[in-house]
Amino acid sequence: MTDNMPRSIQSGPDLSAARIARRNRSERWFRQLGILAIGSALLMLAVLMTSITSKGYSAFWQTQIAINVNFASSDVLPTEKVNFRGLARRSIRALFPDVKSRRDKRALYKLFSNGIGYELRDAIQRDPSLLGQSKRIWVKASADTDMLVKGFIERAVKQSDRRLSDKQLTWFDRLEKDGRIAKRFNLTFFTQADSREPEQAGILGALIGSILTLSVTLLLVFPVGVAAAIYLEEFAPKNRWSDVIEVNINNLAAVPSIVFGLLGLAVLLNWVGLPRSTPIAGGVVLALMTLPTIIISSRSALKAVPPSIREAAIGMGASPLQTVSHHVLPLAMPGMMTGAIIGMAQALGETAPLLMIGMVAFIVDVPGGFTDAATVLPVQIFLWADAPERAFVEKTSAAIMVLVAFLIAMNLFAILMRKKFERRW
Amino acid sequence: MHNLIFTALILIFLLAIYHYGRRFSLLTVNHNRQDLHSLPGYYGLYLVFWFIGPAVAALIIWLLLEPPIIMGLLSESLTLSFQAAPDDVMREVRLLASNAFALKSATPEKVLLVNRYQELQALGNGIRAVLVLGGGVLGVVYARRFLSPEMRARQSVERFIKVLLILCSVIAIFTTIGIVLSLLFEAIRFFHKVSPAEFLFGLHWSPQTALRADQVGASGAFGAVPVFAGTFLITIIAMCVSIPIGLMSAIYLAEYATPRIRNWVKPSLEILAGVPTVVYGFFAALTVAPFIRGLGEQVGIAVASESALAAGLVMGIMIIPFISSLSDDIINAVPQSLRDGAYAMGSTKSETIRQVVLPAALPGIVGSILLAVSRAIGETMIVVMAAGLAAKLTANPLEAVTTVTVQIVTLLVGDQEFDSAKTLAAFALGLMLFFITLALNVVALIVVRKYREKYD
Repeated sequence: MTDNMPRSIQSGPDLSAARIARRNRSERWFRQLGILAIGSALLMLAVLMTSITSKGYSAFWQTQIAINVNFASSDVLPTEKVNFRGLARRSIRALFPDVKSRRDKRALYKLFSNGIGYELRDAIQRDPSLLGQSKRIWVKASADTDMLVKGFIERAVKQSDRRLSDKQLTWFDRLEKDGRIAKRFNLTFFTQADSREPEQAGILGALIGSILTLSVTLLLVFPVGVAAAIYLEEFAPKNRWSDVIEVNINNLAAVPSIVFGLLGLAVLLNWVGLPRSTPIAGGVVLALMTLPTIIISSRSALKAVPPSIREAAIGMGASPLQTVSHHVLPLAMPGMMTGAIIGMAQALGETAPLLMIGMVAFIVDVPGGFTDAATVLPVQIFLWADAPERAFVEKTSAAIMVLVAFLIAMNLFAILMRKKFERRW
Repeated sequence: MHNLIFTALILIFLLAIYHYGRRFSLLTVNHNRQDLHSLPGYYGLYLVFWFIGPAVAALIIWLLLEPPIIMGLLSESLTLSFQAAPDDVMREVRLLASNAFALKSATPEKVLLVNRYQELQALGNGIRAVLVLGGGVLGVVYARRFLSPEMRARQSVERFIKVLLILCSVIAIFTTIGIVLSLLFEAIRFFHKVSPAEFLFGLHWSPQTALRADQVGASGAFGAVPVFAGTFLITIIAMCVSIPIGLMSAIYLAEYATPRIRNWVKPSLEILAGVPTVVYGFFAALTVAPFIRGLGEQVGIAVASESALAAGLVMGIMIIPFISSLSDDIINAVPQSLRDGAYAMGSTKSETIRQVVLPAALPGIVGSILLAVSRAIGETMIVVMAAGLAAKLTANPLEAVTTVTVQIVTLLVGDQEFDSAKTLAAFALGLMLFFITLALNVVALIVVRKYREKYD
């Protein structure tokens, strides 16, 4: 009989101090492993955020150069047909009278943005009294100059490996010595759409595109999602059909987003004939994608309303639909809105399905309507991340900062709303 | 703009009809509300729904009829000079009509055609407006005869609303059906050009088809094995990062952490899930990949600049919160009595976790890992920005590989005709992706659900 017993019972448990110390040690190890795991996850979050911020914060400033513009010269006066580009170039040459050859002149112009003609025109339009005066005006530097000022172009590097030649560097130094170089807030970044020239590129177009696309999404998905949730939670009989719908919604929530892009391409663009690259097509695709999220969160908001409310309403003679629309829905509304905001935040960060329906086009105009070609913020980030110029790296990071700021704002708003309207029953 | 005005007009119309129905019902009983079967508003709503129903029906019928009618009228004005396939002409005309810039460089005949098309479209819009309004008004006129104090207006209105609610909840099913059908349809067209056996078992993937017929080596090979191998390689790397970190975080949060720490750490981890994937892609391509390459250079190992390791690592970071929050819930669902039993036997906390809690939670944890795997396989932006384009059959994480989603994006982004094997291949890949992730999700959901039933 004693032969079949485990050894520990035969001889009693091993209570030696050594074994207990070993067990306590492994306990500490295990615990520290947990802290290590959380620490490394949070560290990665911190690295991600710092890497983006440290690359991007400089994009909010833009180097500008002061030039003396003589608006009094004879050809400026009839404002409609002025060669502002020529005027700008003459003003630049006036700063460097010793630059004579055509090649050098061209190199000199490269220190400045090639859109400064428009800047002069805008200056005159803003302030017509400039006409006839000679005035010192700040204009944008080119992206290369900007990179030099921000320290991304090494002077020590061989001339052929550098974006700016030795000559351009000496001209730049002269400008700097004269106090003609300054870093100013980069308003262009917030007031312009995309451009091939980094110093003229901005996120306004993408931002408006995102707003238009998300409004289509919200208008479609919120009523439909809430209606579906009401039916499934309040009216649907518990049978196979509602099981099928439920399983289906759960699976749809886990379908990769790019598959919704394929659906949009095959059905919405090629079959229904919605116009390519437009907020309306993008909005519909994102609506289909966020629909399960909205339904699931709306259902849990409805579930949180206690049955006593429904019973009270029914007891007072309300019909089931009146019960829902007069009592349950208003009480569940804050929860539903919170879910909707979180769903919209998810849609705002989505890129892949929009690539499929052609929202990756290079678009210079700010979209004005739902059927204009447009791009959205994450796609703009994707496009800039692909651009070869060094200056676009900081633009990309800055656009990411704007996007993340929007997401944080939306989520904070959702959390605050939940806090404010949350009811404990 | 016209659409906006028209919508506003319809809304005003609906408001007027509602008030008409309401007042009409009140007048029939001389404002003695208790003589009405339903509240007066329901009579208004009744008429409103009788407007909307026929109007929507008329709209749908017209939208189905309009393209063939315009097509037919337009083909009469087609000159002999382009007797191409009518479908192609239509597509081009539609394209030109929406693009004023391209119209400038079109031939005069085409401009004429586009003008005619636009005229017809304007006419069509007019007819549509008349049909919608007319249908609605006819419906109201018809329904008005039923209004009487005894009429059960509330029941009718509620029936209609319920039908609307059902329609809304069925949209999710239609979306699934739409996904399956559209993917299947295009994939079948693809399999007419490339045999399924070649697609599933071929070892060579180079979808670029020849620009000239006699071009060498660009026949287009569609063996998807390397593409899937790349996907799995990156997924495995991501899992190697996220499973240990996610699981250990979940265990710590569920078993050790004080409520205060939990309240801070859990939302912070969830930020990782809220960061847009394009941000991770940028991070992988510009920070992690060069870092790994630099590390490799110092040790003397050649690392590709678009190595699978960089994409996989960053994807792993993205997946951590999926595993940690799901596993956290599941560990919390293990009944306290199991832990108490283990403590009573004298085991330490970590022994309890390892030998009692984790085995009990294992099915749920496996489920959460499967969900995370399906998330990783379907993830697009990180790999589009940080993984390679060329399909290579390798298990070396330092080399560049490509994935299913990268191929879908590269095959479909940009303008191209819609019947080449190249574009259709993207749909075949999408179909595979859809079914793989669907299978993973279904298995995961079954595992999780089965586990829950055990303790509730």
